[in-house]
Amino acid sequence: MEETLSQLESAQESVADRSPRTKKRALALAIAAPLLLGGCELPSFGAFHGVTKTANSTFKLWQGFNVTAIVVGGITLLAMIWAIFAYRAKDKTSIPKQTQYHIPLELTYTIIPIFIVIGLFAATVVVENQVVDEPAPNATINVTAFQWGWKFTYPGHKAVVVGQTTQSPIMVMPENKNVLINLRSTDVIHGFYVPEFNFSRYAQPGLLNTFTFNANKTGMFDAQCTQLCGLYHTLMYFRVNVVSQAKFDAWLRAKDASTTQQEVIDANSAIALENNAGVAVNPTKSNGDGAN
Amino acid sequence: MTDLIERPVSTSDGDNVDHGTETSHHHDHHGPTGIMKWLTSTDHKVIGLSYTVTSLIMMIIGGAFAEIIRAQLVSPTSNLVSFSQYNELFTMHGSVMIYLFVGPFAFAGLANYLIPIQIGAPDMAFPRLNAFSYWLYLTGSITMLSGFLVGGGAANFGWVGYAPLSSAANSPGTGADLWICALLLTGFSAIFSGVNLVATIFYLRAPGMTLFRMPIFTWNMLVTGILILLAFPVLTAGLIMLYCDRHFGTHIYTVQGGGVPLLWQHIFWFWGHPEVYILALPFFGIVTEIFPVFSKKPVFGYRGMVFATLTIAALSLGVWAHHMFTTGAVLLPFFSIMSLLIAVPTGIKMFNWIGTMWGGKVHYSTAMLMSMGFLFTFLIGGITGIFLASPPLDFFTHDTYYVVAHFHSVVMALVMGALAGIYFWAPKMTGHMMHEGIGKIQFWFLFIGTQLFTFPLYLVGLHGMPRRMANYPINPSWQTLNEWGSVGAILIGISMVLFLVNVIYSWKKPVVAGDNPWDGHTLEWFTTSPPPSHNFLSLPPIHSERPTWDYNHPDHLAIEHNHKKQAKKSAKASAASDAS
Repeated sequence: MEETLSQLESAQESVADRSPRTKKRALALAIAAPLLLGGCELPSFGAFHGVTKTANSTFKLWQGFNVTAIVVGGITLLAMIWAIFAYRAKDKTSIPKQTQYHIPLELTYTIIPIFIVIGLFAATVVVENQVVDEPAPNATINVTAFQWGWKFTYPGHKAVVVGQTTQSPIMVMPENKNVLINLRSTDVIHGFYVPEFNFSRYAQPGLLNTFTFNANKTGMFDAQCTQLCGLYHTLMYFRVNVVSQAKFDAWLRAKDASTTQQEVIDANSAIALENNAGVAVNPTKSNGDGAN
Repeated sequence: MTDLIERPVSTSDGDNVDHGTETSHHHDHHGPTGIMKWLTSTDHKVIGLSYTVTSLIMMIIGGAFAEIIRAQLVSPTSNLVSFSQYNELFTMHGSVMIYLFVGPFAFAGLANYLIPIQIGAPDMAFPRLNAFSYWLYLTGSITMLSGFLVGGGAANFGWVGYAPLSSAANSPGTGADLWICALLLTGFSAIFSGVNLVATIFYLRAPGMTLFRMPIFTWNMLVTGILILLAFPVLTAGLIMLYCDRHFGTHIYTVQGGGVPLLWQHIFWFWGHPEVYILALPFFGIVTEIFPVFSKKPVFGYRGMVFATLTIAALSLGVWAHHMFTTGAVLLPFFSIMSLLIAVPTGIKMFNWIGTMWGGKVHYSTAMLMSMGFLFTFLIGGITGIFLASPPLDFFTHDTYYVVAHFHSVVMALVMGALAGIYFWAPKMTGHMMHEGIGKIQFWFLFIGTQLFTFPLYLVGLHGMPRRMANYPINPSWQTLNEWGSVGAILIGISMVLFLVNVIYSWKKPVVAGDNPWDGHTLEWFTTSPPPSHNFLSLPPIHSERPTWDYNHPDHLAIEHNHKKQAKKSAKASAASDAS
């Protein structure tokens, strides 16, 4: 890594005086940097490591972008600080050399960024193809967003979880399985966002959105609506409970065997399933009307 | 060279330097004064100042909304304002800042005042259209703010007004209609400004002022004007369709009648992303005027700068759907690469600004400090923006505070650019200096406040906090970060109070500026402060993009780029042999 930094640095500063070969090597490194460094032990730069397969890939991409940003931004910042402090005028009248152009230098800082951008784009496409990929599903969940809550149904099963605002309905899903999500909205646009899945997608009226999660960690994860959807947008929470396949099957069987009608607000039974990784949710008023 | 200076292009027989007194006489004998002058004027300088002052008032109103928002967010369960009031506040904060402050300040305020003077013209091409444009803008501004006075309150669906939340069923109430009408009015105002800018720059340039001798500010305003003409009509059409949906029973954006809600997002962002550059390019232009003057050098890479501006404008028309990555309904790779590529010309500009200071004599005036603040803040905002061009990274940051922090880094950089412009050109507009001491204190409050405001918001966004929430889950780290953000907002507020103090102080204790207090480069510094009616009695010869500098410093002309070509070649050859 150390070497990459210095290579990039020198490439940025003085390619004009270097051989084309060194230039090429520096460029190759500039492109490869985000990809290579994605594998190293790097800080999280503030983001979640992610608890699904694609969330992990997204996280690595995030790290790669950050390393590139720090290298490029750092060089720019150093140049900026140097220009600001080193050339401070000592008197009011003296006039410096009236340099206006340095074509090789200008070309350098046009061409190198193009290669960096191509590198970033290549890494983006690789990860993006994983994230939007739709492998054969092991389980399917229909998610319907409405003002101001969520409804989760499981095709072929009787299980239905509905909840509004701070009731925080819970979406139960199995671990290490491809879970296909069919996302819809009944009214306005909502945002289906699970921070630790490093993913969000709009729920839109008249438009079906599908995507796949493959969670690799059990537990309860906070989630909520991200797209402004009206008065109680602020309170439109839900949670995702990732459980083992056995527990998931047991839960579905229990629901199927249940004689009660299908539409139940079922947050409590889902919580009872396991896991006390509860979160403090905003205790302010919950809305009485709305919902289906 | 000297030969030409002895025979300047002159529009009068009088002395070509000392012509101030004669002009003001000429001016006083004609036309109304005071309020009538303001109401009836078609002079671009009066209209420009009206725009500037009105838009700064809008900035203060929008800023007040921001302070209330930040006060609300200090505590996770705060009920300083209700949910619906909160929705109105952030909607109007965004709307006032974007539609009524940043754009009009630059492309109608400063540009109106400066463009004719920078190209040596007596006025804008269509002075009456120009006046009409201002009155539309003022009417539109009042219309938008009057939303607070009607039953049901102001518009509350965010400044982007996404369908179908903005439909009559989901957002009944007059506030929403006033919002739409206000945007129609200010939209037409912007279109007329754009027409005027483009026509003026193409047709009214002084003899010798070729396109590649125009100051970068003028270049950027030309490109901005073209972008306005391409983008604003689309928004206007979209708004008319929205109004029809709300009142005339059409179903353009509603699923029930066979319409497509997503269409609104396409239309809105097809305007909205060029709009980002309509907002930004003028401020790039402002700092590009200031860096050379306070470094006592020509702008570094002038032609590269123009090329970068044109490239940004061209690319900006093909990136709108990067606001829509999470809709699942757009072609991700295309909009990703187009958006990423904008980093390249923007980087060129960044390096050219640094290159302008490099090897210069840098003077730390308030205008220069503000420009340096712009440079740093825009670097942060620009780099964090590159992340958002990558769909997988956008997926998990979209609609979180990360995005809010990103575009506030950018717009706060623009605010610093705006203040840089005011400190730089106020002496020209008023004839009096602003107080530099107060200005520098203001800068530090603004600069530190901005970083303190944005950095915690990046983090809280990455921790998963969505935007547009009146309350948030009780979570100590979220609360701490929000508190720091609010401290930053308070510092920014103080800096704006200091700005008003400075305006009043400089007004009450005037210090005469003179024609050219900064040793300026461009034509506005050749005429009096403020300029006479129709701007010039004489012009210097125009042989480069800085005629006033060339006139004042005939021995320090810009160095051409190929003067050492031969020396470079041999140096390169030796470097190559060394490496192999």
